[in-house]
This record gives sequence, C-alpha cells and structure tokens, in this order.
Amino acid sequence: MLELSRITAGYERRAPVVRDVSLSVAAGEAVGLLGPSGCGKSTLARVAALLHRPYSGTVVIDGSPAHGWRHRAPREQRTAFGVVFQQPRLSADPRMRLADLIAEPLRATGRREEAGGRVDELARRVGLSAELLRRRPHEVSDGQLQRACLARALVLRPRWLICDEMTAMLDASTTAALVAVVEEYREETGAGLLTVGHDRTLLGRWCDRTVRWEDLAGAAVTPTAD
Amino acid sequence: MAETVSGTARRAPRVPRPSVSGALVAAVVLVALLVPALVPLDEQAVDLGARLRPPSWSHPFGTDEVGRDLLLRCVYGLRVSLLVGVVAAFAATVVGTAVGALAGALGGWADRVVMRVVDLCSSVPHLLLGIFVVAMFRPGVWPVIVSVAFTHWLSTARIVRAEVLSLRSRPYIDAAVAGGSSRWRVTVRHLLPGVLPQAGLAAVLMVPHAIWHESALSFLGLGLPTHQASLGNMVQAARGSLLAGDWWPTLFPGLFIIVPTLAVAGLAATWRDRLNPRRRSEPTL
Repeated sequence: MLELSRITAGYERRAPVVRDVSLSVAAGEAVGLLGPSGCGKSTLARVAALLHRPYSGTVVIDGSPAHGWRHRAPREQRTAFGVVFQQPRLSADPRMRLADLIAEPLRATGRREEAGGRVDELARRVGLSAELLRRRPHEVSDGQLQRACLARALVLRPRWLICDEMTAMLDASTTAALVAVVEEYREETGAGLLTVGHDRTLLGRWCDRTVRWEDLAGAAVTPTAD
Repeated sequence: MAETVSGTARRAPRVPRPSVSGALVAAVVLVALLVPALVPLDEQAVDLGARLRPPSWSHPFGTDEVGRDLLLRCVYGLRVSLLVGVVAAFAATVVGTAVGALAGALGGWADRVVMRVVDLCSSVPHLLLGIFVVAMFRPGVWPVIVSVAFTHWLSTARIVRAEVLSLRSRPYIDAAVAGGSSRWRVTVRHLLPGVLPQAGLAAVLMVPHAIWHESALSFLGLGLPTHQASLGNMVQAARGSLLAGDWWPTLFPGLFIIVPTLAVAGLAATWRDRLNPRRRSEPTL
C-alpha cells in the first residue's frame, strides 16, 4: 500500500503547487492520475517516489512511513520505486552507453555481478538490440531511449512503479510496447503502479482506476503558469 | 539526427585534426624539453665583450646587456613559464573543481558559506593577493606557482558550481537517486564527469593566464630571482635598453610569452568542441 496523505508540496513555500492532496494506491493496483499540464501532478509523483520533499503531509510505503527524501531516505525505501520520466533525453546521463545506463542502479547498490544477465534480459523485454545497447543516448531515438529508461526503472525489481507522463513523447506503437512491458512486469511481480498523464483514453485502458486531479481534496484549483 | 549517420561513419576512428595551435604547442613543448638536454650551452654564460649585440648568425636573437645569448635564455625562460603555467593551472583547477563541486553538490548552507569565502577571496585584486603570497616565501619557482594557483582557483570554482547546480536538477539525477546511488556516487559518476569538460577547458585557458601572471610577478621583481632566466625577468631587464633603441631584448621574450599563450588558447577552443559528448561520434574528416 502506498499512501500519500495531506501532501502540500512545491518549489516556493508561499505558493505550493500541490495543496493538501491525499492519494493511495493498493498493493498491485494500477492508478492513473489525470490532470492538465502544470497542475502539480508530476510534483506529486516526485513526492511519492521520495524525490521531492513535501512541505507537509506523510507518505507511507508498505506500512513504513517515509522520514527522509532523496538521499535522506534509506536506500531500501528509495529503491522500492522504479521511476520513468517524461523526457528520456533529460533522464539519461549523456555520457553513458545504454547498457551502462540500465546497469547503473545495480552497480550503485553493489550488485555489479548481476548486471550482465539482467541487462540482457531487460533489453530483450523492452526490445533493444545488442547493437543499440552499445550506443550513447544521442545516437538513439526518443522511443529507444525511453525503452532503456524503463529497463533501468525495472532493473532493481521495484515494488512500485511511478510513470510520469512516460509515453507523452512517444508514438502509438512504442507507447503500446512500453505499456505492455510494464503490465507484464506487474503481472509477474505484483508491483503497484502510479501513472501520471493527461491522456484519458490511455489511462482508462491501462489502469484499474483513474483519478482526476480536480477530485483530489484541496488540489490547487488554478494551474500555475509553468 | 543519429539515424542519418550511417553505421560505418559512426564508428570511424577519431583522428585528431592537425591544427596550427596544436603544432605550435607541440613545438613549444618540444623546444622547452629538448633544447636544454641537447644543447650543451650555459644560458647564464656572460660575455661582456658581446653586450647588446643585435640578432646575427652566432646569436639569432641577439644578446642582452651582459652579453648572454637571448635565444638560449628565451628557451630556458619558456621552460620556467611553462612549468609555472601548467602546474599552477592544474593545481588551481583541482582545487577549484573540488570546492565548486562540493558547494554545488551539497547545496544549502554549505554552498552559501563556501561561495561567500570565494567572493571574499575574489574581492581582493589577484595581483595584490599574489604579491602577498610570494612575499611570504623566498623567491623561487614554487612560491610563484602557489601564488598563481591560490589566486586562480576561484573562477574555476564558480564555473564548476554553476554547472553542478544546473546538472543537479536534471531528471537523470533523480533517476540515479531512485536507483539507490549514494550522494558520493551521484557526484563522482554523474556530476563530475558532466563538469569535467568545462573544468578541463578552464584549466587549459588558465595556462596562458598563469604564464602572464608569472611574467607580471617577475616583471615587478617579485617572482623568480633576477639572475634566473624567466620571460618576465627578461622583459623587465630589457626596459632600459628598449629606451636606447635596442629592440631585440624586449621583442623576443615578448613573442615567447605571446605565441605559446595564443597557441594554448587556440588548442583549448578545439578541445572544447571535441569534449562535447554529442560530437564524439560525429564522423571525422
């Protein structure tokens, strides 16, 4: 169970983007969060993934409350989340080859020896050829890079997946392929999913339940400029 | 973009393009390293019978006011200047990168404290601070190096900090945090490699600056001992003869300061382009 309760968060204390929002995702459930751009749904997703410290409110992950965010969160709590962002270009270190990109979380958590097999397995799953794995981010397309980013999010076998507009930059067939990979992974592991987007049709088909941003209690009514 | 590059062109070996600056830098370094080893002449040898001779076959750059061969002294002076320039620039870059990365990666109050210290140091004119440092030691090469390094790490620290701050908010850093990377690993694996091109470039651009600084200190009589051949010392010593119309003791050491600095700056410009990861896989001509 992933429970966010009464979260207030943002980038300026006097004008928080997310105000007093509560949301919970049951174990194994797929929840879609629908909202117009700039409403704060990405910020909420970052709070849920322990990447952005809220001004107030609590996050409880599988029964244990989060006490710290980013590096202050214990590693087991941080790595319980696989995160995929909207823009693959910005979420990949430009110096790393795709194979290193996918293996990086394993290396960072001291499981270097698993890297080879796991990268091959995930590459097959997301549909990246061995040749593509040797390339750097600027040598592949957005879709190919997002496949690698999804593989990276899955490499530590997270219990929760947070997809922040994962498919917004992609064409229909890549979108379908990536959603299929996520669903296959969830079927195997029973991982929960919080996916954020503004495509009603996609989220409706993908998720067990979709939540509209406006319906979350206390959500900022007026979207901010950015 | 990448799709238009054919598979073979992508893996074409990167052949360094020959450039004028590269050739000049290589020549300067070779001269500085080899000439003292191969030419068994003493640059300190005084010949009072041949004072202030204009350039000739036996003395291509002429002689100074005590009859020392200027070509030989220029080469020895170049050695000193290069040593000071390279070592000081390297030291300044290491310190500046460490401080800048620390401030940028930690953020918060640590960042504020460190950057105020940098501001404090920068508020004193460099030359004044440099003079203060050399004044604390006996004249020699090392005090000059320390002085130049101590006054030049500030700009690198600023550049590196700004760059780290901009990288820190990228989603790939978020991804690394979610992937379990420690603060240290994020800094070493993602932030530092991201700023190294800038830091390296700053280091190379600092070499000419350091050479100028050394020359300025020596010109003021605060750098190296006056008998030791250094480009700054030579220009300083030549002031009197220049007013008397003897141009060569000023011109040649001056050229020896200008040419390497321009060559290094030109090389830095080429290097900046090649270090950009986007250009690594571009086909080379």
